[in-house]
Amino acid sequence: MNSIRPRPMPVLVPPHPAAPAPEAATVQLGVVMLCHENLPLAARMARIWADGGACVALHVDSKAPEPEVAQLHRALEGTAAVYAPSRSCSWGTFSLVAATQDAARALLTAHPHLTHVLLVSGSCLPLRPVAELRAFLSRYPDADFIESVNVSDVGWTVGGLNEERFTLHFPFSFRKNRKLFDRYVQLQRRLGVKRRLPQGVAPHIGSQWWCLTARTLRAVLDDPRRREFDRYFRRVWIPDESYFQTLVRRHSVRIESRSLTLAKFDNQGKPYVFYDDHLALLANSHIFVARKIWPGAKALYDAFPMSASPAEVAEEPDAERLEALLERAAQRRRLGRPGLYMQSRFPRKDAENGKTAQRYSVIYGFGDAFEGLREWLAHATRREIHGHLLHREEIEFASGEMIGPGALSANPALRDLDTQGFLASLIRSSDGMPGFLYSPRDLQKLNWFMATDPNAQIFVLTGAWIAPLLQSDMPFDDVRRMAAKLQRAEIAFLDILDSVWVKARVRRWALTDVLGDPEEALTALCQTLRPDAGPALPPLPPLRDMRGVAGLLRQLRNAGLKPRKMGDPRLLRALTGGVTRPGQARPGGDRAGRAGKTAAPGG
Amino acid sequence: MTSLRNRTAQIAPNAILALVTLRNERVRLPYFLDYYRGIGIDHFLIVDNDSNDGSREFLADQPDVSLWTTGESYKGSRFGMDWLNHLLRRYGAGHWCLTVDPDEFLVYPHVNTRPLRALTDWLESSGQRSFSAMLLDMYPKGPITDQPYREGQDPFEIAAWFDPANYAIRKNRKFLNLWIQGGPRARSFFADQPQSAPALNKIPLVRWQRRFAYASSTHMLLPRSLNLVYDQDGGEMASGALLHAKFLSTFIAKSAEELDRRQHYADSQEYRAYHQGLQDAADFWCPQSRRYRDWRQLEEVGLISRGNWA
Repeated sequence: MNSIRPRPMPVLVPPHPAAPAPEAATVQLGVVMLCHENLPLAARMARIWADGGACVALHVDSKAPEPEVAQLHRALEGTAAVYAPSRSCSWGTFSLVAATQDAARALLTAHPHLTHVLLVSGSCLPLRPVAELRAFLSRYPDADFIESVNVSDVGWTVGGLNEERFTLHFPFSFRKNRKLFDRYVQLQRRLGVKRRLPQGVAPHIGSQWWCLTARTLRAVLDDPRRREFDRYFRRVWIPDESYFQTLVRRHSVRIESRSLTLAKFDNQGKPYVFYDDHLALLANSHIFVARKIWPGAKALYDAFPMSASPAEVAEEPDAERLEALLERAAQRRRLGRPGLYMQSRFPRKDAENGKTAQRYSVIYGFGDAFEGLREWLAHATRREIHGHLLHREEIEFASGEMIGPGALSANPALRDLDTQGFLASLIRSSDGMPGFLYSPRDLQKLNWFMATDPNAQIFVLTGAWIAPLLQSDMPFDDVRRMAAKLQRAEIAFLDILDSVWVKARVRRWALTDVLGDPEEALTALCQTLRPDAGPALPPLPPLRDMRGVAGLLRQLRNAGLKPRKMGDPRLLRALTGGVTRPGQARPGGDRAGRAGKTAAPGG
Repeated sequence: MTSLRNRTAQIAPNAILALVTLRNERVRLPYFLDYYRGIGIDHFLIVDNDSNDGSREFLADQPDVSLWTTGESYKGSRFGMDWLNHLLRRYGAGHWCLTVDPDEFLVYPHVNTRPLRALTDWLESSGQRSFSAMLLDMYPKGPITDQPYREGQDPFEIAAWFDPANYAIRKNRKFLNLWIQGGPRARSFFADQPQSAPALNKIPLVRWQRRFAYASSTHMLLPRSLNLVYDQDGGEMASGALLHAKFLSTFIAKSAEELDRRQHYADSQEYRAYHQGLQDAADFWCPQSRRYRDWRQLEEVGLISRGNWA
């Protein structure tokens, strides 16, 4: 796109077969321009309209500085522009409608031959030559282009006032006195205040910027009930978005409910602004008029109005791509990117719109029951499976390195500055569905976070924490203390998983389930982690030696700690080789048989 | 603090100002000034803290710089903030003011196509008075002594790498600002004392009013509503980054000097850590480091956001 080029003289655009000149000539376009600030720019825009063959009438806000107004008049000498008497305009009030009425009247009086009138502001930029607009209008000779939507069907207005714009009173300025404005609205709602609408009027609202046929515009201005309507609309809120939009419904033969001016508002009710980098997008939209343009967007002011290539001269406006861009921006402002925590997005708990960026797996307890589970799972599922990311002393990244995804450090002290941020960053920085091992020995402070996260798939093996204790050399008192701690942590976790707030997908097994049929659990894991992998699994990882577990459990029970969530005790006894006193059965590293001999039917 | 060159009469009513305090940064200055002139800074207000490398003379000759000098203690002036708060109150009121160090380079959404004024106009129309730009530590691949920095050179030709997602964020309930720590410094130098890792949250761009003040460096402001530069309902507000060109070949001499002077925060603990790290020929680079491309990349990674500034 050649962005810097001299502005084409619209009058010189050659007529194109698709837009025959004689037809276009039947359209006599008038432009009503409302000017508030930046009058030099307004003068430049008025000049573009006038040079394109349109008759221009201006209303200049009486608050505009005197010298600038004089300069505007000088700049438009020789264009036959007419001026409506100056009023002081303020946003959201009837003054804007009155200014439009005055200028429209002045325009139609000075140029009775006009067939169409376009309402623009001094900062609206014509994107296409006036001739193309005239040709376009000649294809819809009777149509009034004005967005006019019945208030009862509107869902887009900012601030939530639709019908109430028409039925409440608004004596306080929205911009200067927001609190009072809001409170007065509340009060009227409570009291059930309701203004009566003029008879036969169905309130409609829509974009302030329209293009009407001169016939319709005259009919609105000359309506015998105009005095009554004006009196009513004087007290309506933002009447410039409803006066013409409502009253054309009385007079128009054909309403095209869309604006020829692109004027989109963001979710704060503030118009979107266009810059030099939007040039290509604006040019390809075939829109006739755009606002707002940043005053410093030199390339846009230099490039537009831009005549379309001969093949595109008759193109209809199509704002779809532009609107998609603005919609994406609005989404980003309102919803943000799921799972992102950063300097300008730091959502409150449960207002995250996605706690994490993608699905992930939490594999709880299995690492204690199987040897080499992490490596086996990584191999079987070809996913990034980390070790215990929430380990209290060391973070076990899948790579085994000291730096993990996103350049996160394996230093637990750094992680613990913001544990939730650590996990969210890791998940956001990983490729497809990472997973990690988890156990009651790890930090437990993310339990609620994970359980309430729809992205989490939590595989829980309860009671597995006993396995490492079985193989430790610790004195029984320490084993008992540790067992109590781990069991407490596990039960706290299970309580969370049993709560009604759980959004994660949770699957649970008890220790005996897995001892009895390890293949079933591991198959389920693999199929969830890699649904497309097929049923064939690599040889299963060996179960840890569980001999003596029933004895240890009994010993714990006798010492006052009732083991829970292990599964059926009789089954456990059968699966782990009966009761052996832990003192005899616990390994001192001297046992040769490592595989769970009684419990690996599939492996 | 005495005025050496006061060109503040040149400041137009809508000028965008940059405020800087520095010491011995001569070699960095030409690129620094050009970068900020390029994005649309109209006037620089600079406090020179007793430079002896020609910085002062160089700055005095610049047509758009007003220069003050002081021999007072950097530490005694709360790390230069007293000087800058004074200048902000005196000259900044009613202007958009960018407060940065000579090794910090502001990047914001659309920086390649839209000047700073487009941003400040937009912030103003959104009713936003302050703009967040976190400090993003940039580093070279390999030991930082390997590629010497030449005057006038874009420092990010050398220090081209950054950590994409290694940042811890907490909310300061008293001042309402976010407290961000992490990046290469935290993982390389502060592994043993992560609490002391430098703060990376910054709010350098503010439409100044007389009653405003920076409370601690540019990390937080008063009144504290200025620190609410983040959305708490899941949305994203617009934000940028200050690319931090600290880790260049010039850093070795600088850290030795600063360690000597002990004029920095927390008894220059940071510099001591650096010095130790540097002697071990620290290399920040890791396979997860990203090579800096443009603002879009920073946005994709999730370090900055355009918010609804489409």
